[in-house]
Amino acid sequence: MDHLRIKVSPMLALEAESIEIIREAVATARNPVMLYSIGKDSSVMLHLTRKAFHPAPPPFPLMHVDTGWKFRAMYSHRERMVAESGMKLISYTNPQGVAEGVGPFTHGSNYHTDLMKTQALKQALDTHGFDLVFGGARRDEEKSRAKERIFSFRAPGHRWDPKAQRPELWNLYNTRIREGETIRVFPLSNWTELDIWHYIHAENIPIVPLYLAAERPVVRRGGQWIMVDDDRFPFAEGERAEMRRVRFRTLGCWPLTAAIESDADTLEAVIAETLNARDSERQGRLIDSDEPGSMEKKKQEGYF
Amino acid sequence: MTTLQATDISTFIAGQHGKETLRFITCGSVDDGKSTLIGRLLFESKSIFDDQLQSLETDSRQYGTQGEQVDLALLVDGLQAEREQGITIDVAYRFFATDRRRYIVADTPGHEQYTRNMATGASTADLAVILIDARKGVLTQTRRHTRIAAMMGIRHVVLAVNKMDLIDCDRARFEAIVADYRAFADGLGFASLQSIPVSGLDGDNVLHPSARMSWYSGPTLMGYLDRVDVGREGERSAFRLPVQWVNRPNLDFRGFCGRIAEGRIGVGAAVRVLPSGTVTRVKEIWLGFDSVDEAGQGDAVTLTLVDEVDASRGDVLVAAEAPAEVADQFEARLLWMAEHLMSPGRQYLMKLACREVTATVTEIKYREDVNTGVHLAAKTLGLNEIATVNLSTSAPLVFEPYRLNRTLGSFILVDKLSFETVGAGMIDFALRRASNIHWQALEVDKASRAHLKHQTPRCLWFTGLSGSGKSTIANLLEKRLHAEGRHTYVLDGDNVRHGLNRDLGFTEVDRVENIRRVAEVAKLMVDAGLIVMVSFISPFVGERRMARDLFAPGEFVEVYVDTPIEECERRDVKGLYAKARAGALKNFTGIDSPYEPPECPEVHLRTAEQGMEDCIDRLMVLIGDSASER
Repeated sequence: MDHLRIKVSPMLALEAESIEIIREAVATARNPVMLYSIGKDSSVMLHLTRKAFHPAPPPFPLMHVDTGWKFRAMYSHRERMVAESGMKLISYTNPQGVAEGVGPFTHGSNYHTDLMKTQALKQALDTHGFDLVFGGARRDEEKSRAKERIFSFRAPGHRWDPKAQRPELWNLYNTRIREGETIRVFPLSNWTELDIWHYIHAENIPIVPLYLAAERPVVRRGGQWIMVDDDRFPFAEGERAEMRRVRFRTLGCWPLTAAIESDADTLEAVIAETLNARDSERQGRLIDSDEPGSMEKKKQEGYF
Repeated sequence: MTTLQATDISTFIAGQHGKETLRFITCGSVDDGKSTLIGRLLFESKSIFDDQLQSLETDSRQYGTQGEQVDLALLVDGLQAEREQGITIDVAYRFFATDRRRYIVADTPGHEQYTRNMATGASTADLAVILIDARKGVLTQTRRHTRIAAMMGIRHVVLAVNKMDLIDCDRARFEAIVADYRAFADGLGFASLQSIPVSGLDGDNVLHPSARMSWYSGPTLMGYLDRVDVGREGERSAFRLPVQWVNRPNLDFRGFCGRIAEGRIGVGAAVRVLPSGTVTRVKEIWLGFDSVDEAGQGDAVTLTLVDEVDASRGDVLVAAEAPAEVADQFEARLLWMAEHLMSPGRQYLMKLACREVTATVTEIKYREDVNTGVHLAAKTLGLNEIATVNLSTSAPLVFEPYRLNRTLGSFILVDKLSFETVGAGMIDFALRRASNIHWQALEVDKASRAHLKHQTPRCLWFTGLSGSGKSTIANLLEKRLHAEGRHTYVLDGDNVRHGLNRDLGFTEVDRVENIRRVAEVAKLMVDAGLIVMVSFISPFVGERRMARDLFAPGEFVEVYVDTPIEECERRDVKGLYAKARAGALKNFTGIDSPYEPPECPEVHLRTAEQGMEDCIDRLMVLIGDSASER
């Protein structure tokens, strides 16, 4: 076995911890589900999940909360990974949003995110009666995430109370909940962005090609590069797309996710760039910087 | 912009392989500057991104406590409430790396009411950085946190004497604080203790040696963390795998999943399932997608076993030749983490590794004053209090003392109603060992006890008139059986009347009760695996049937000791017939009370026709035959 140990030595402890978390959650939950957002963290989480239950397929479904505004490349990647994993996929879109024709361009990022992500997630969980939800969040992403437990308890209505978190000692997770309460489980809590890339590289994990640099049509808005992924982009007077060599550090709704100019078209180059990055990955997320503590607020309201 | 090229990346990745992760906590009193120091470590190890620095500047203007300077503590204090109050409430986990190591640091709160959060951070840490404000010296909270760190099993301590800039980098003051601290901490059994004078605010001796403190020649904080040996000794201990999940996708595959708590395991190795005790061998070891030959501590594996054994979540697979202990009563140290009081006798859910049972604190032996270490008497435990307690569990637990094995020695208590985590505990030792019993593969029942004694337990019920020879035969039979290594006991009417049944007289009701009690005792003894001989007149058919009905078919052997009353009266060993004839003894069987002979006894001994030895031989054959039937 030592070939394997040598191959991914620094990753092995992280990997084992995550697999332990995933198994513990599944062993104790009544009706678990994995939130699959198609991004690099979700890809790693899915990979770990498949390892945890190999040779069986993971005994729970994937769920994608679809805002209707994801990159096209994400949808095709989703289909591929669902087929490969042998897991069932539940895709959910908030019907209210569909009826109102909600989108980030017409309704603003806050309203769009709240309705199509936060509210949609809560609706989807309630509809299916899931009592435990896996998410791919990491503690190094954002300050309020650094404070969150691995098994994060949610009151009825999915509210997170940062001041009433259960002490989480050793690797003993209290998985008991009462009727109406749910648990969010974060198997990647102790991973860093670099660990994620490192692991993707070591394990050869398929990722959405948008993470690698290529010539793509982008528009400069608010000092950031927004990719024109489909014909819903509302060009302003005199605005037009230009081809730039760009890639993405995170993936979400395409109008809300900024690209960075980059030549990193291989995983190795991406890792090199990550090592030298002077900006955090969430910097490309337009929703985090609305106001101080905005992530904490969103989380309290039930956002992942 | 890119300084590291993709071509260097394979070299870089190779370099990452040797890096180990060090988990440490920072603790100390409020305002000792813990968050600032971590902020400094993050900042100087270049773990802070430009956009985070930008928002830090904004935040510093809004919440900062450092005037015009950026407040590095705001990098760590992530909750709005913390930023508003300028304190740390909850544990924050931060990540950074140097060329030598990766770090996970838990910044833990200093306030006394958040002690449980400090313990949470300590539970997964290898090392504690204890901060002291150089102006204040060793405080109550310093001692409290040091004690908790020691209790949680942290073996390495760095004493960071902070804010040296505010005491003009005074060497004597530093040395006095260190001496003060050592006087208290030396008794706590830490493996290493390093003292470093620092300034979190200015960065002195954090990453770079301080020019202002040239009198200090020791390592910087970062330099020390990079090199300190926190060597874990797990690999030397015997294999332990708590079964977390049984993976059975189909009838052909049954995998036992879990994370190896101690030791190593290889394909073909003998393992024992605890608590049942079944022994089998490892067939395959799965590590993710790969089938491997060997795995070690910390690996998340799936094992398949050669035999189809009964094992489920909560059981523990252990090295067959070195099993762990199994017990249901423990002495443990308990940290209480709930607002409501803990009182002995109340039931809680207890989770140890993958096992959940009901547990009760039976006794608080003493509470510990965390500041002084003094033992105090206590009836209840309050929030953040620590005590040594006796604990009783509803089912036997596979465990090891916490100092030997964190995984099998640590537990949490969960409130049965609210499901809050209310206590964290560490097992010191078992009060009553169940280990030798539970190593047996079988359920411990009548059959397994009998098996151990190599015999078939039976109740030989000797009935007959007073003086018929029941007790003589029973005693002779017992001698013979004993000589053959059988486990036996004789229940004699007279003996039992001196003890168990001495409250009973000779009325009808009392005689029935007399028989009932003896029959029940005989049943317990048969259950214990013994061959029991009951020597009782038991004159009534109904009483003997009542006794027979207590036993499994074939277990009850009715032996009719058939001696004519004339012969009994002639022998009259105890002079009872004479008394009865004289009217001094009422209700005497055969005289003024009837004896109902058995209609079809298993054994009918006619003592007037058979010699005593013949009778014994017949019984021996019966017992011997039935034993060999097994």
